[in-house]
Formats: sequence, structure tokens, C-alpha cells
Amino acid sequence: MKRLFILFLLSPCLAFAQDDLLAELEKDSGNETEYTFATFKGTRLANGHTIETKNEGSLEFIFAHRFGAINGGWYEMYGLDEALVRLGLDYGIKDWLSFSIGRNSFDKTMDSYVKIRALRQSTGAKTFPFSATVLLGGAYKFSPENNSDVSDDFENVDRLSYTGQVLIARKFSTNLSLQLMPSIVHKNAVVASQEENDQFALGFGGRIKLTKSVAITTEYYHNFSMKDDSPYFNPLAFGIDIETGGHVFQLVITNAVGLTERAFITETRDDFWDGDIHLGFNVTRTFQLKKAK
Amino acid sequence: MIRILSLFIILLPFDGFTQKRYFSEKSFVSFFSEGVIEEIKASNTKVTSILDLASGEVAYLLSPKDFQFEKKLMQVHFNEKYMESEKYPKSSFQGKIVGYDAANLTLQQVKAQGKLTIHGVTRDIDVPGTLHIEGNTVTLRSKFMVKLEDYNIKVPQIVWQNIAQQVEVTVHFLYRPVTN
Repeated sequence: MKRLFILFLLSPCLAFAQDDLLAELEKDSGNETEYTFATFKGTRLANGHTIETKNEGSLEFIFAHRFGAINGGWYEMYGLDEALVRLGLDYGIKDWLSFSIGRNSFDKTMDSYVKIRALRQSTGAKTFPFSATVLLGGAYKFSPENNSDVSDDFENVDRLSYTGQVLIARKFSTNLSLQLMPSIVHKNAVVASQEENDQFALGFGGRIKLTKSVAITTEYYHNFSMKDDSPYFNPLAFGIDIETGGHVFQLVITNAVGLTERAFITETRDDFWDGDIHLGFNVTRTFQLKKAK
Repeated sequence: MIRILSLFIILLPFDGFTQKRYFSEKSFVSFFSEGVIEEIKASNTKVTSILDLASGEVAYLLSPKDFQFEKKLMQVHFNEKYMESEKYPKSSFQGKIVGYDAANLTLQQVKAQGKLTIHGVTRDIDVPGTLHIEGNTVTLRSKFMVKLEDYNIKVPQIVWQNIAQQVEVTVHFLYRPVTN
């Protein structure tokens, strides 16, 4: 009887000695840092950027356009008769560093950006609540063709504008990501009665995933430097992201037609709530130029 | 009574010695599938595994996020859409190697039987492989097919032509004895 009792006492020990190896492996693997990934599907939210950078060695071709206003009526085929286009390339130099160039038919603008992934949301050994990417950009307006068309003292350098943004995003769950975009746009030349040279704006946006491949998005920028008699409006956009393999299709409705920060943050001429809404697409295709080892 | 009990307690830590524990020094788990448009392959060398040659018990544990793809975008999609790695951060196998002789130092045909967990779904599998005991090291290899639907991995219809419905998994471990 006593022996039986001992056996009984020892039985858990025996079981432990044989225990499952998997539990041991799991115990060892607990202390890792898990970085959040795929906060957004693309490098663009709607008009502006997301925190996402291209991975090292991947090249993204972006074809984006904005049709005319849908309140143009039947004569304008609800805006479909005209379109403004931006063609762009984004390349991942490093996973944390992207470079992009583009041509926007709005104001015949050439633009260029550098995106630096500064902070990454993570859980586990190292927990951090959000991701942050710094964006620095410049844009050059080729329109109008001659400096003298603007004024006698207008110089080429006056065609330049610069953008600085800190994109801050948190993926709250698999399906919900939100982003804040404190932004500054500097324009070398402005009509002083209507605008400041330095304009500060705060953007807010997010996405809700409906299925694994489809998400709805929104993006709004509030320009704090807008003067009382400014002819411009703040840009608002709603979109649907559809992802198929290497493509992302973004279907958007917005009051902005330009696709550089200067154009959509500070020079949006249409009022969303007045029905000046434009349909648009961003279509991206990613190519892996450099194969990972 | 107390004497017997204390004897057991003293002997208990030595119980480990009766096991022949091996820990993976090098690991390689890869998968391959032939799609209509492009083949999909990825490999993971950060897998951990324990093998007990005395009992034949074996287990391995991996993070789907550690699979490296040539195309990084594919890697993101693999984790985001198919494996749902945020929801199911680990895949594992736990079972037994059967049909070997621990004294045999040649390449032996064995079977691995046990539970394979992928994408939060656990299924019993019974797959062939080889075991090779050489001096201090043990090599374990296996190659088997995994059907995506068995593990509830859904391929969005919009990309169906890209993804085959089953993938070939290759497992290769090199073990060394656990030294305490």
C-alpha cells in the first residue's frame, strides 16, 4: 500500500520526465520581438503616403489618375472625359529606405521622395506602440512654360516646393490601422494675399480590412495655415484597396486632383461637400529586382 | 518509506540521463509549390527541434514569419493572407520517430508519426523520412505533401491561379546531444 502511495506521488514526476518536448521548445521561444507588418496594403493611403516602405530590391510602378468632377454632369460623362495622371516609381534601397520619383500631369510637376522607416511597432521582448516613417520630398512645377507668364521676377527656383512629413501609424488589429500625418509644405513662391510660404497640416487616415484582400480607406488633411480668403479646401478621400498578388488597385473618391503634397494639401480647389468629387485609381505593380539571399 | 522516497527524489534529476536528448544545431524547413504562373518556395532556418533517441520522441517549432521568400511581397502576403501569422504565430510538429535502431549507424528509413499544427489546425500525420546516427550527431530528413485545405488555409479566389492546392515540405535537421 505504501509503495502504491509512493508511485502515486511520483506519477506526475514520471510524466514530467517524459514531458512534451514541444512545451520545452515553446518555453524557449517566448522571448522574441515580433514586428508588426502589413499595416497598410500600399505605399499610398489615398492621395498621400502610408508608413509602408518598399522592401529592399523591390520596385513599385504606380499609375494613378484622377478623373474630372462627377458633378460635371452628363456632358462631361460625370468627369470621365478628363483625367490627371501621375506615373511613378518607388524603389526599396534598404528595407527601411525607399526612394521614389514621379511625374504628375497636374501643373506638369516632377516629384521625388525619400522615405525612412524610423520606428517599428512591435510586441514581445521589445514592445513599441506605433510605427513611424519620415518622408522628405521635393517637387518642381514645369507649368507654366515661361517664367514671364507668371511675373517679371519669377525665377526657376520659385517653381520648387518641399514636403516634410512624419507618418505615424498603429495597427490596432489585423483589420484596423490608423495613421496620423503631421506635415509641412514649403513653397518657394506663393501669392502672398492667399497663402503662406510654410504651411502646416495634420493628416488623419486609416483602413479597415473587409476581407483578406479588400480594405476600405480614408484620408483627410487639415491645413492649419489656410488664410481666411484662401480659394483652397482641405483634401478628403475615401477609397477601396483591392490586392491581387503583385498588384494593388486603389479606387478612390476625393476632392483633390493633384498627387504631390503641394497640390493636394495646399492647392485643392474643389469642395468635397459641394459635390466636386473626383473618381480615381492608384494601380501598383511590384517587381522584385534584387532577389533576396 | 522515507528512505525509498528520498531515494526517488535523489534519483529524479538523473532521470534525464536515461533519455538521449538531442537539440537541433542546424535546421532547414522549406516548402515548394508549382503554381500555374510561378513557383512558390521559401525556407526557414530558424526552426528549433528536440529529439529523444531513447523514446523516439521528436518535436519542432517554427514561426511562419521566418520563412524567407525571394519575393518579399510574397512573404508579406504569405504571412498576412494565408498563414495569418499574427493570429497563429507558430507552427509545430510533435510526435515519434518509429522504426529505427539506436545502435544502427547507417542511414535508416524511418517514419514520423504525430501531430502537425499549421495555421491553428492540428492533424495527425504519418510521413516517411530518414535517420542517420553518426558519432555525436543525428540527421533527420523528411519530405511530405501538405494540402492547404487540410489546414484551413484559404486562397482568395482572385489569386487562385497563382497558388497550388498542395505544397511539398522538406524538413532537414542536424542534431547534437544536449549537454547540461
